[in-house]
Amino acid sequence: MNILEKVRALLGEGALLEAGIDRVPRIAPGSPDAVALLLGTAHQEGWRVRIEGAGTWLASDAPADLALTTRRLDRIPAVEPQDLTATVEAGIGLDQLRQQLADRGAWLAVDPPGLAGRTLGSVVATATAGPLRQGFGPIKDHLLGVTFVTGDGRMVQSGGRVMKNVAGYDLTRLQAGGFGAFGVIVLVHLRLRTLPRADVTYVLEGSRDDLTQVAEDIAAAGLTPAALELVSPALARRERWVLAVRLAGSPQLVAADETGLGAATGGGGRFTALRAEEAHGFWMRLAEGFAVRPVTFRIGSVPTASDELLDLLQHQVGDEWVSASPAAGVIRWSGETSVDRLQRLRRTLAGLEAPLTLERAAWPVRHAVGHFGAYREGAGPLVAGLRRTFDPSGALVVATDGE
Amino acid sequence: MTALAEDLGGIVGARHVRVARAERATYAMDGLPTHRRLPDVVVLPGSREELIAIIRLLAAHRIPFVPRGAGTGLSGGALAGAGAVLVVLTRLNRIVKVDPKNRLAIVEPGVVNARLSAAARPHGLHYAPDPSSQTACTIGGNVAENAGGPHCLKYGVTANHVLALEVVLASGQTVELGSPGGEPWGPDLVGLFVGSEGNFGVATRITVRLTPLPRAVRTLLADFMALRAAGEGVSAIIAAGIVPAALEMMDQSCIQAVEDSVYAAGYPRDAAAVLLVELDGRSDDAVVPEADAVVALLKQAGARVVRTAADESERERLWQGRKKAFGAMGRLSRDLVVQDAVVPRSKLPDVLDTIAEIARRHRLVVSNVFHAGDGNLHPNISFDATDAAVRARVEEASGEIMAACIAAGGTITGEHGIGLDKLRYMPLVFDAESLGAMQAVRRVFDPEERVNPGKVVPVHACREWSGRTDPGRKPGVDHPRAVARGQPVLSL
Repeated sequence: MNILEKVRALLGEGALLEAGIDRVPRIAPGSPDAVALLLGTAHQEGWRVRIEGAGTWLASDAPADLALTTRRLDRIPAVEPQDLTATVEAGIGLDQLRQQLADRGAWLAVDPPGLAGRTLGSVVATATAGPLRQGFGPIKDHLLGVTFVTGDGRMVQSGGRVMKNVAGYDLTRLQAGGFGAFGVIVLVHLRLRTLPRADVTYVLEGSRDDLTQVAEDIAAAGLTPAALELVSPALARRERWVLAVRLAGSPQLVAADETGLGAATGGGGRFTALRAEEAHGFWMRLAEGFAVRPVTFRIGSVPTASDELLDLLQHQVGDEWVSASPAAGVIRWSGETSVDRLQRLRRTLAGLEAPLTLERAAWPVRHAVGHFGAYREGAGPLVAGLRRTFDPSGALVVATDGE
Repeated sequence: MTALAEDLGGIVGARHVRVARAERATYAMDGLPTHRRLPDVVVLPGSREELIAIIRLLAAHRIPFVPRGAGTGLSGGALAGAGAVLVVLTRLNRIVKVDPKNRLAIVEPGVVNARLSAAARPHGLHYAPDPSSQTACTIGGNVAENAGGPHCLKYGVTANHVLALEVVLASGQTVELGSPGGEPWGPDLVGLFVGSEGNFGVATRITVRLTPLPRAVRTLLADFMALRAAGEGVSAIIAAGIVPAALEMMDQSCIQAVEDSVYAAGYPRDAAAVLLVELDGRSDDAVVPEADAVVALLKQAGARVVRTAADESERERLWQGRKKAFGAMGRLSRDLVVQDAVVPRSKLPDVLDTIAEIARRHRLVVSNVFHAGDGNLHPNISFDATDAAVRARVEEASGEIMAACIAAGGTITGEHGIGLDKLRYMPLVFDAESLGAMQAVRRVFDPEERVNPGKVVPVHACREWSGRTDPGRKPGVDHPRAVARGQPVLSL
């Protein structure tokens, strides 16, 4: 039997989707158990498996014997608005999840880059937080637990469904940002917030230097915006750089922060308030802007290094498509560049204590550069050991370290 | 152990090695009185270099060891049994750097939690995780246990505040994890390390995030004539989308213990429960309206009186009663088991009823003081451990409380860790495959399982994961599996 026949016998005809342009068979297991069955078989048969979500973020181009897509794992087994928790299958699209949560007055406070249908599993596996990381933290802070399937088909639970949990080692944090190297996430337990009753966005245009200073003033004033994002002109579709401030929460809190924003920045008149639909469009364009160019990466640093790193990017790879959370020390870059430049940039940044994580690129670039790759002293063997533990035969095709 | 003690003395100086039984007895317990283990040798390194030299010496002889901070833990996690060396880190107590611009600090593991906040205070910053033992517990211990505290409701637990670590593995190799900005160099090994209860190695240098001190604070005390009504008050606040800095509950037994002690805070003695609610923010403009909303919600839930602390000294008094409640409960009887479990917040009223019923049935005094906003319960059982029959009842009641919390959708620990105390409950929350995965991860960091052996994962309950250790090699002393098979509970 060939692979397709074996998978058909294993999971049924319904699990077989149309292959992509590279003709790699695409399999969509309908349950976590089916994922475990498929990966257990792949391990035994020596098949190489690439992991896919909706196919809207990472290109479906890794060489593999089959593609495992989570898109049929799209159920929401539980939403508990009173407890502000939810249990969600990993293949659900974020747009669909947001709507279902909003109907119950709940909110998942993440706004990752990508198109609307991007799956939750993709966001968790790549730890791609958006501007809301400023107010609500990185992706891992929204996770109470995950269930994942290892490369040899074992189903592992980590964490739980409650707000605090220190039972056992925190394998959830290993999975968040693991890019699938340690297994396929099938179920996610989420920490939610109540849907903010007030949600406003202010923008200010200016030179990068001036806006950087304004961002520093806002942070120094003790304001805690939900987002504080410095956006390049092309990405913001404006003439000049834009500093966007999002305030979200109770009407009283937002009103107090609006007053504080004015005081901290020399008069509220400098900022322009966006209407609700304008604000929605602004943040959506920003998210989508990172999903359409060939390469996207993020850099993390201490906040005071943000400006220097933006200069560095400008010189080495350009700064046309850049967005930064200066107070959180995170920069996201998108554009076209070469393997050589990326490798050189990563080395330079490593010297500045700023990790570069390659988020999106075509397979040849991912394979050469790696999502990770500039480990500090002693960490490389640990990552390799964890990889062997969770994927002993290397069935999962993930470009972790590059060449 | 004499030759070993001499070798250790050669590294740290003889006066920092404890071999006399009376000296070692000081380290036989942590904050939980139901476990006791006497280490063979205790060594207290005074520098990072000494610590690394000790670990390399122990690696060369393949001797198990247990890292320990101030010994304030509540799970028997920092106890070393026969054949193991206890490495006490309290002399590694330097605050290496406070960087106010980037809101971070670099510390050694033996720095006391409250001391770090005191050092950050002149810069308008503090270290947010605030376990009740914060005046004694160390940052290294906090990292090992992923410690929480009352204000973690708004600010997050230790894992949310650790940016980077320098770690010494069991082999003696140093490893750098994380970066000062918090972005990992690859997978989040800092997140994996925090809360690993010492099983993955010893953190020698810890970079933590500092948080701005709130400029406006309102502290409220609400008293209720029914425990259930207080639980409903908690649910009402959370459902309204208000995130207090802290939301703590104490029941009548706890209130009376506090009011009878030197920590008396003015809690109403006749109340079935009190809620201590703190709201903070940038300005009164931001905080006062939320405080008003909370007062209205609590009254609606049945609060008899909601009082606002008039000034900082009243606020401190209210908090002292809460933070010293465990100490105050020491008055109730000879021994105290501080339990730790988490349930969904909406299940608090039902689970509190169940705990009261379990206490009645086993004829035990159970006092509740806990982080209600997180659903993180601390049912505390007061008892006399010299009475074997009472000890058996405590044991049984503890198991039933854990089972009730699990049945409600919760878990067995929110901030105290597994240690020895909760080992037996791990198979109730994780299947054999998941426990096997944890054990396999541990072996990546410590293939011989020599660091803090016999803690966290009950090895006998694991499904075996292949090929990570060399079965021909056995650690020199006290094979960890043998430790794990023992019955660790109530070993006084």
